[in-house]
Amino acid sequence: MPDRIQRKMPERQSEETIESDLVESGGSVTDDLDDLLDEIDEILEENAEDFVRSYVQKGGQ
Amino acid sequence: MAVPKVCGIETEYGILVRGAENNPVTASALLINAYTGAVHDKVAFDLIAEDPRRDARSPDPLDPYEFDPELEYVPVNAVLTNGARYYVDHAHPEMSTPEVRSPLESVIWDRAGEEIVRESIDAAQRLVPDGAELLVHKNNSDGKGNSYGCHENYLVDRSLPFGKVTTAVMAHFVTRQIFAGSGKVGCEFPGMSSDAVEYQISQRADFFEEEVGLETTVRRPIVNTRDEPHCDASRYRRLHVITGDANMSEVATFLKVASTAMLLSAVEDNPDLKMPALASPVRAITQVSHDPTLATSVQAFDGTTIRAIDVQWQLFEIAKNWFEQTGGEAVGEADCALALKHWERILSGLEHDPRTVADSVDWVAKHRLISAYAERHQLGPSSAALRAIDLQYHDMRRVKGLAGRCGLLTIATDEQVSRAKTSPPETTRAFFRGRCIERFRNEVLAANWDSMVFDLGADPLRRVPMDDPLRGTAELVANVIDNSATAKELVAALAEPNE
Repeated sequence: MPDRIQRKMPERQSEETIESDLVESGGSVTDDLDDLLDEIDEILEENAEDFVRSYVQKGGQ
Repeated sequence: MAVPKVCGIETEYGILVRGAENNPVTASALLINAYTGAVHDKVAFDLIAEDPRRDARSPDPLDPYEFDPELEYVPVNAVLTNGARYYVDHAHPEMSTPEVRSPLESVIWDRAGEEIVRESIDAAQRLVPDGAELLVHKNNSDGKGNSYGCHENYLVDRSLPFGKVTTAVMAHFVTRQIFAGSGKVGCEFPGMSSDAVEYQISQRADFFEEEVGLETTVRRPIVNTRDEPHCDASRYRRLHVITGDANMSEVATFLKVASTAMLLSAVEDNPDLKMPALASPVRAITQVSHDPTLATSVQAFDGTTIRAIDVQWQLFEIAKNWFEQTGGEAVGEADCALALKHWERILSGLEHDPRTVADSVDWVAKHRLISAYAERHQLGPSSAALRAIDLQYHDMRRVKGLAGRCGLLTIATDEQVSRAKTSPPETTRAFFRGRCIERFRNEVLAANWDSMVFDLGADPLRRVPMDDPLRGTAELVANVIDNSATAKELVAALAEPNE
């Protein structure tokens, strides 16, 4: 594993490097939230009310 | 003295069949059988040594006659080549990761468990009637007062009195939700209306009624006393943690496990360490959860009041001091260093602007989606669409799951996760379990956390004990397994001195 890794930070923060034996990646929360909301509009369960009502689980541990 | 923090995560997934009869027990069995049938023949998990009613507070915790073992019926119960247990628990599919030696590994095998569940859904979907759909969620409640757990387990030195274990973790279990909570629309606290809380930090906090206790399904305690070490009980405890939320964020899983492991280690190394103490932990866990502004103060044991984040700063300092004094060997030096960086970054972020940690903290990431969606569509706080987003954040189907679209940081690589679907961790006895199942599947009759039973043909069945979670590692047994052509040869080789 690489000794030094780049960690993507939200744009409002400067990009920083963390010294670590462990690798991190991803992290792009400042990607346009509007795009994400558009996507939610597309993939959200069609009848939210029915879906939420029918989502019943048995209690577990 | 701190013992190596062998740990593991058990996740009960929510399950639902739409468009056909919704029986969660048969659906869970279908899910798991679809995977084990599709991928390989399954090896049964053997319950002989299970005794979930043994209590750490018992005067003689080692007395096997203190409680009658009462074994539940488990319809499907498989052990995988990665050392995990995949089974139907109550009415949920449950994935127990193999025992691992570090917080990073707990993330890797927890993520591998998610991928196995995804493959299971794909395989099971082909078996349900046309028009029916199988949904699986990595969450902890249905929003209607029914909860199911994501449990963690930590190896603890038996010589540490259980009261000290409780002191080590109580305030942490009440407050760690500020970085490890998965967020929830609405309230499920008994006696409160569903919309009494618009949005809360934890999935699970509404369900705790005791400070310390043995139960896991009713009157749930913050510190669980189940004393079932699944290893040499004269040397070790297994702290069974039931307060946690199932996390979609790898950083949250990592920090949840690493922080808990460090605090347990710090108290093992110094049992007299002064830990923050709260006056009413049960009340406090919901007070903290019900306030996503993080402004609420709870009663401390000394009569003052304190915010959850200030408790977390104190615990961060304790863990940091322990790491600086000991090098963090019990948890792993690199894991401790990374965990302290995330811990400090996240607490600072939560203090100044929680939105800055939306890449790491599930409740913040989910809150961001829900707030923005409500604003766009002018929705009220108890709108069904917002509750649907809450559920769908945890949907395991890639095409539907929202957590995977939130830009969460990852700390396990795709290669590590992919490998961990079929390969066991190398530094615990899970290596022996997983590798034996891979190599000698037809000769392994049953496997348990602390033993394996081989059917060697004409001979009587042979049980190989695995009392020490730190033996059975790749270093100790890889050669002997690889050099044995049959299980019979393996059992004979293991019986030789100096293996």
